[in-house]
Amino acid sequence: MNYADLFRMMLPETALEVAALLVLVADLGFLRKATLRTRETVAALLGVIGCGAALVLLPLQPSGGLTYPGSSSLMLTTGGYTAIAQVGVLVLTVLTLFLLIGTEFTRHVGEYVAVVLMAAVGGLLISAAQDLLVIFTGLELLSLSLYILAAFAKQSGKSAEGAMKYYIFGAMSAAFLLFGFSYLYGLTGSTNLHEIMLAFYSTRVINSMPLVYVALVMIAAGLGFKVAAVPFHLWAPDTYEGAPAPAAAFIASVSKVASFALLIGIGTAAAHVFGNLHEVHVVTFHNGPTPRFLGFGGPWSVIVALMAVASMVFGNLAALAQTSVRRLLAYSAIAHAGYILLALAYFSHSTLSTNAVLYYILTYGLTTVGAFGAVSLVERITGSDRMDAFLGLYKRNSLLAGVMLVLFLSLAGIPPLVGFWAKFNLFAAVLQVNRGVAAFTIVALAVAMSAVSLYYYLQVLKRVFVMPAVDETPVKGTPATMSVLVLIALGVVVLGCLPGLLQSWLAGFYAAM
Amino acid sequence: MLAWTIYISFAGALVLALLPNGNAALARWFALAVAAAGLAIAIAGFAAGSGQGRVVLVDVPWVASMGIRYTLAADGISRVLVLLTGLAAVAGVLFSWNIELRTNEFFAFFLALIGGVYGVFLSFDLFLLFVFYEIAIVPKYFLIAIWGSTRREYAAMKLALYSFVGSAMVLIGLLAAYATSGSHSTGLVDLANANLPVSFQMWAFPLVFVGFGILAGLWPFHTWAPTGHVAAPTAASMLLAGVVMKLGAYGCLRVAIGLFPHGLDPWGWSFAGIGSWRDVFAVLAVVGIVYGALVALAQTDFKFVIGYSSVSHMGFVLLGLVTLNQIGMTGAVLQMFSHGVIAGLLFAIVGRIVYERTHTRQLAELESMYLGRRLPFAAWAFVIAGMASMGLPGFSGFVAELQVLVGSWVAKPWWTAAAGVGIVVGVAYTWRALQKAFFTDRLPTPDEHPKTGWPKFDPITWPEIAATALLVGATVLVGVYPRVLLDSIEPAVKTLLAGGMQ
Repeated sequence: MNYADLFRMMLPETALEVAALLVLVADLGFLRKATLRTRETVAALLGVIGCGAALVLLPLQPSGGLTYPGSSSLMLTTGGYTAIAQVGVLVLTVLTLFLLIGTEFTRHVGEYVAVVLMAAVGGLLISAAQDLLVIFTGLELLSLSLYILAAFAKQSGKSAEGAMKYYIFGAMSAAFLLFGFSYLYGLTGSTNLHEIMLAFYSTRVINSMPLVYVALVMIAAGLGFKVAAVPFHLWAPDTYEGAPAPAAAFIASVSKVASFALLIGIGTAAAHVFGNLHEVHVVTFHNGPTPRFLGFGGPWSVIVALMAVASMVFGNLAALAQTSVRRLLAYSAIAHAGYILLALAYFSHSTLSTNAVLYYILTYGLTTVGAFGAVSLVERITGSDRMDAFLGLYKRNSLLAGVMLVLFLSLAGIPPLVGFWAKFNLFAAVLQVNRGVAAFTIVALAVAMSAVSLYYYLQVLKRVFVMPAVDETPVKGTPATMSVLVLIALGVVVLGCLPGLLQSWLAGFYAAM
Repeated sequence: MLAWTIYISFAGALVLALLPNGNAALARWFALAVAAAGLAIAIAGFAAGSGQGRVVLVDVPWVASMGIRYTLAADGISRVLVLLTGLAAVAGVLFSWNIELRTNEFFAFFLALIGGVYGVFLSFDLFLLFVFYEIAIVPKYFLIAIWGSTRREYAAMKLALYSFVGSAMVLIGLLAAYATSGSHSTGLVDLANANLPVSFQMWAFPLVFVGFGILAGLWPFHTWAPTGHVAAPTAASMLLAGVVMKLGAYGCLRVAIGLFPHGLDPWGWSFAGIGSWRDVFAVLAVVGIVYGALVALAQTDFKFVIGYSSVSHMGFVLLGLVTLNQIGMTGAVLQMFSHGVIAGLLFAIVGRIVYERTHTRQLAELESMYLGRRLPFAAWAFVIAGMASMGLPGFSGFVAELQVLVGSWVAKPWWTAAAGVGIVVGVAYTWRALQKAFFTDRLPTPDEHPKTGWPKFDPITWPEIAATALLVGATVLVGVYPRVLLDSIEPAVKTLLAGGMQ
């Protein structure tokens, strides 16, 4: 490593930071007298340009990533899953920035966009990180920005409440995470993921197994919080409900993509070290064949699988009882996180699981940004996100109703929409990694749970299409917001009808490596 | 060519969804044109395919990395069912001529449903079949929830959830078969030849059979059917009974029996004469036949009588399927066609011709309306449809049920004996409904007798006459000359029985 490499490696992040500063300068310097709409448009466009620049700069990163000084171990990686996740983070950030235009929750537009861009920097960092310290810094950068974003609607008590809960849970989970990291470092003597995995073969680690369990549970708590997995999900409903819609969309999409990319990074590091095993686990008990434990290979997989099952069962069942559409989306996000964790519990050393998870999280992010955009439009007119605010939407804005039909059915996993392919891909990946009874049972449970989910998505669509409107004032969105929503819906349909498109796009990143 | 039935239906649905509101006549005529074009293609495809086996229509890679192909093909069974779908679509549009509420949306959902159904019957890739199968769920929900009657939101949600649970079971089977076969393909032919282990087939078969069976009205998972049929608008209940239940039966035949034939093997032990999944499902089918018929006998709502009769008649289809012999399975496929036409006709008479004029479906109230004299067309049509439904010779139901019964006699005589009870009860409930609704001998009391003569009902319109003629024509044609369809069905069943779909 030298500083030139470091600079090249950090080019996309730098572009975002520069854009963040420019937004502040433009908004606080030149646009002080402009209308809110103009300021929002300019700030969002500057942010979009920053993301665009970062996208252009991504391929200029040194291929092969960044190593420590005087060592061949990776600190940051490039290409492969990292590049895919980073592109996902940037594209979804652009989409959430467009949702800002036309909203009225804040007058501090410049600060909002700047914080969004900084959060995206955190997302880029943790997608690439291979070192515990980088992971922690990136996570904190992301999380701190998200706490601010969640609290941005200063007139709203719910926003403050949601952000406070998010912050308290987040701070606690960060403490757990750091505690777990410190144990890992103490046991293995390294902060590098690959070296930690290698050290798991040493007798010193094997002799102190209970400590490893403690460390892994702590880390699972920290990362489980980021992806809102049960039992670390308690912040999600309140934050999703209280945060201003563009911020909630950001939390639900970009932050999820980055956090799952981090989990993929951990899995992949393990995969490279234990490459010959068909099934890979962060921890093994001995050299040689993986011991069987409850049908799973290692404690990390067991922890992740437990979180997965708890999330999909609890998320889907709790969503049934919701009357607020945002809370419903929050519980459904918990359920979706459960499905994804399943593929991370059964992780393959090929790119099979990685691709399935990325496919899922990218398409889910896209769909959920659209869903939040649609919900926020309705909210702006009716002042509520209760289910009843959606009554007769098809009459009030038939285009928006059509968009919601596509997005919610995709979330429910109805073919030929993209959500179905994501699910199929994911479950097929799990079964291809492991054909045991446990895997079959859990996949069957996941499929059954997604049948449950149709009920609550239909509850929303029922109000949109079936039940008569109480109030027939049209729901109008700005052309920018409407066109973004229609584009997202079209994307969901097209990617769903031609699922090969996204898959070959994903495969292209590995071919280039 | 048959593939175009799918494309024009979906294209028609899209156009109708985008049409501006307010021009109901345009939407109707457009929907009729699309449905008629579908029927024309179905007939032409049927005629062109006679004497041929399986004809591949389209076969291109769809998701190359997972070995999923877009394979459309048609064999004799598919062609018959596509023909049925075309008939049901045209009749459904004609019987929906009076829909005034959100007309173009109604026909858009209707055609989307039809497109999904065509797709299922023509798919020869399990994955593609599943995709079309699920596409058909959502339009059903909206058709019932928006345009339905009695407890429509409850019935629509119940139907959607039952269907979705069924398809979740099918999806588990699909994923498991895909992962177990290891052949990296989801083509029906490839999977059938993948030599799936018997132990796997033993649990995959019941899972998938029940999954599809839910939609075919398999007892005790049939309860969505009567409520759904009753709540649905006429055209939707015609489609539900006419083709959607056939989707389930078709899935049982093509996927469950076609892919997992060893799932029907004996277990090697038996309890009370039940020694295999085949016996289990035969018992469920027979219970469905008798139970459906008995419950129909006790209904006070005219439409519920028809709803439960559907459960009973679909029992014959399922019984025919598990006979696993040539004649029984041929009968099952013929019964699918026959019931599709007859149930469609019955629902149209009850839901459209009678209900839209009398605004009641209660048999007790219909009894005091003397419909036999005041609506002679409806009475005539119901007599014919009722005779067809009872299975009198000269109608398609006779040929189909006879074959199923012969087939089940060959398999296990007591199945036939029990199913025979269902037929007798079937005569009874049809007779009862016929008499109560149209030919009551109760005389009007002096108070009931209007002073100025009975008020006139709206006259019968041409779409009703045309659609009735179409459906009656179809059932009589098949009843008198069953070879029309049998020539197509028999070879297809033979190949299926001969092991696999090579």
